Amino acid sequence: MIEERFDAIVVGAGMAGNAAALTMAKRGMKVLQLERGEYPGSKNVQGAILYADMMEKLVPEFREEAPLERHLIEQRFWMMDDRSHVGMHYRSDDFNEERPNRYTIIRAQFDKWFSSKVREAGVTLLCETTVTELVRGERERIVGVRTDRRDGEIHADVVVLAEGVNGLLGTRAGLRARPRPDNVALAVKEMHFLPRETIEARFNLRGDEGVVIEAAGTISRGMTGMGFIYANKECISLGIGCLVADFQRTSQTPYGLLDQFKRHPSVAPLIAGSEVKEYSAHLIPEGGYKSIPQLYGEGWVVVGDAAQLNNAVHREGSNLAMTSGRIAAEAIGLVKSRGEPVSAANLSIYKKMLDDSFVIKDLKKYKDLPPLMHTQSQNFFLTYPQLISKAMQNFVRVDGTPKAEKEKATLKSFVRARSWTGLFGDACRFARAWR
Amino acid sequence: MNVESLVRVEDKLYYNRYLVDIGHPHVKVRAHTTPSPQLLALLKACPARCYELNDDGQVEITVDGCIECGTCRVIAEPTGDIEWSHPRGGYGVQFKFG
Repeated sequence: MIEERFDAIVVGAGMAGNAAALTMAKRGMKVLQLERGEYPGSKNVQGAILYADMMEKLVPEFREEAPLERHLIEQRFWMMDDRSHVGMHYRSDDFNEERPNRYTIIRAQFDKWFSSKVREAGVTLLCETTVTELVRGERERIVGVRTDRRDGEIHADVVVLAEGVNGLLGTRAGLRARPRPDNVALAVKEMHFLPRETIEARFNLRGDEGVVIEAAGTISRGMTGMGFIYANKECISLGIGCLVADFQRTSQTPYGLLDQFKRHPSVAPLIAGSEVKEYSAHLIPEGGYKSIPQLYGEGWVVVGDAAQLNNAVHREGSNLAMTSGRIAAEAIGLVKSRGEPVSAANLSIYKKMLDDSFVIKDLKKYKDLPPLMHTQSQNFFLTYPQLISKAMQNFVRVDGTPKAEKEKATLKSFVRARSWTGLFGDACRFARAWR
Repeated sequence: MNVESLVRVEDKLYYNRYLVDIGHPHVKVRAHTTPSPQLLALLKACPARCYELNDDGQVEITVDGCIECGTCRVIAEPTGDIEWSHPRGGYGVQFKFG
């Protein structure tokens, strides 16, 4: 056993773990952080978009120091069928501001930098260390961790579980259930490299301006899923994800979907001639509010993806991770500064603080949307995109058909596919879940 | 199982950097005679195609190309079909970009 005793052990060096470790160290706590990868970031996968507001709260000067890719000035939503897409684009020069709101980042590079800030603040980081077990003391209290290093038992007052979506420790210790196939999506991603001038020309960008495309429709073959294309400086992150339960049910392959997405006539020209340098995959928590587990207990808290904190509607995960990590650390700091034990009763303040933040408020707002999207996936991801594409084509194609007849045909195609009650029901269900 | 998709996935994995922990696979398939539906689902769902059918119709795993997503854990750990853990510290896929 390692004799040195810590105020806190943080398991994981992703967004949530780094936020928690940094916040506790800044408060003068003695923190040990454990990471199983060769370096911090080496096991972390995300799209990725960084949200400045949440990052600023942790490292105010991050804009000058962090490896950022492009600041986002444009968001495109594409509803796709096999040969077309119907798009809604929002682009604004307002986003070319002094302190931009969102950036694309490359996680392995960003996390390495973030971790350097964490260590500067005084955190001891041990990489290449897999935590295998939580150690229990009297009255089932978590008192430390066991690692795969020799003499691997280490004790602390509190353990922060920032172990990611696949967090084994929490489930092995019975603190939370393993994610269910209908509560997580599997996303696969490739990094496509191109000269930066080529990226800027293809996406209509100047300098460090950036754009992201979120796509849904027949690309997921009737499964609940989405594709994404993010412009970085010299590469494009391109991927697609669907619910694991849907992959299991349909026997579709993730790489088959990815390759089909890449070959789509709306996508192929964007990545033509690129050099692929990495292929990755990751699970994304999709269950929303109803899948959030117990967040704290005797001597432990759980933060970030491990706690299923992901806003599947707005595609926001890392900011919920950062914020939950920071809030958990503040809660622990508060308990310790009062000289009180880090017990479940005292740690309940973490949940109260999180409930009052945007993290839980946003997840609560959309609490009914994941089940709706998951049970109605055929309609929302296959039927409607096809109908809307056909309607658009009917609208723009000039062929001598009188406009009134065109409109009638479009309406008829919707009613034939979903019936009046179906259309009305879908609209009501969607509105109710969105509200 | 067509040959084309096999080639494609292996090509994709070739871009990645791994430190293979020889002799210590972090995922193991429980011995079986007939594979369960969950095990069979992994043949398609695993994004790195780590799972293959052998000549006797059993599901086997080779973890060398694993990208540690956890999909197989979510599908086949609850039924006891696989034993799943993280690679030992420092081993496994090391993402350059993530």
